[in-house]
Amino acid sequence: MPSLKDLRNRISSVQATRKITKAMQMVAAAKLRRAQEAAEAARPYAERMEAVLANLAAGMTGQDEAPKLMVGTGKDDVHLLVVATADRGLCGAFNTAIVKLAREHARRLTGEGKTVKILCVGKKGADQLKRLFPQSMVGVIDMSGTKKIGFNNANEIAERVLGMFDAGEFDVATLFYSEFGSVISQVPTAQQLIPAHVPEAGEAGEADADAGAYEYEPEESEILATLLPRNISVQIFKGLLENAASEQGARMTAMDNATRNAGDMIDKLTLQYNRSRQAQITKELIEIISGAEAL
Amino acid sequence: MAEKLKFDLVSPERLLMTAEVDQVTVPGAEGVFGVGPGHVPVMSTLRPGVLDVVENGTEKRFFVRGGFAEVNADGLTILAEQALDLGAIDAAGLDQEIKNAEEDAADAKTEAAREEAAERLAKLREVRAAV
Repeated sequence: MPSLKDLRNRISSVQATRKITKAMQMVAAAKLRRAQEAAEAARPYAERMEAVLANLAAGMTGQDEAPKLMVGTGKDDVHLLVVATADRGLCGAFNTAIVKLAREHARRLTGEGKTVKILCVGKKGADQLKRLFPQSMVGVIDMSGTKKIGFNNANEIAERVLGMFDAGEFDVATLFYSEFGSVISQVPTAQQLIPAHVPEAGEAGEADADAGAYEYEPEESEILATLLPRNISVQIFKGLLENAASEQGARMTAMDNATRNAGDMIDKLTLQYNRSRQAQITKELIEIISGAEAL
Repeated sequence: MAEKLKFDLVSPERLLMTAEVDQVTVPGAEGVFGVGPGHVPVMSTLRPGVLDVVENGTEKRFFVRGGFAEVNADGLTILAEQALDLGAIDAAGLDQEIKNAEEDAADAKTEAAREEAAERLAKLREVRAAV
């Protein structure tokens, strides 16, 4: 049986915790709105980029000199997993969910006898994956210094990935991030970056007829040479923004739960505190009365 | 001009404009070209310059840097790396910013900071030249 003083201390410590989680929830809610706007604003660009690429790809298929970024190296022995997570914890299962998806992917690939390399964006995922696949890690990109994710950040990551690709360090690259559905639903997603994921000809069927008629300024191959790396930056940028929104959403829900739990706990402890206080008073009264009676 | 051209201008950060317009002048890498309704499908890269959009007789100007223009049967899509609405910025404010950037470049302590300031300055001057 804890003493009254112990109970008082516990109540005040839980109250302090509740204040913190409440504040974190409110901060996350404010940040979420901004992150969500940014993520939604970036969607049109990524979508149109995909559409342009699909049109171009429709005209390119079957050509021998198609760039490697589009058709791949012809092998799929070495896989690069780009795992984007948050730099901070306390956001529920957000980081774990992404890591879990990446982990299953990596296990499956190693099971098939393929080599897996992991490039982490964000500290939290790196911490977990480092323990599981110490020999696969090729690097960690720390984003904790950046307050607002800009296109430059995505560009840096894309350049690093492209540099590795040009050096022949991997054949297939996949990006792992969490797609923002709503505050309560964030879906961990795997997206193939290299070779470029292009919608099948069936989807772009309508464009097929015109595709051959494009006039290119400058040459088609030159355009593709700039467009494909750009597409990778754009997809990474989109992933990072979706991730940022998801992180705040997950944190908001987690902190909301924590605040509610702390409230319940305070109620329970207060009840227990009052009970034992009353019990003690009763006990003291009995002692006094029985003492008086004994005289 | 009864027929209209469907026009989208997007940058990575946001969708700047989507509308039915009469004509757009695009600063292509190999020369400026105008796009009207029913233009031949074209795919072109962009060089830094001014994008002129004519909508119902009024003209809107955007500064764009890098990116692509795609014309197909559906319309014109500009995927700009960077896009600025020139109606929203004025020459005086820009001059002030250029001055600030010049000072930054002069004050920069490290090599990296100096390069960054110089790059910013070059970008601002490009925009200034376009206004």
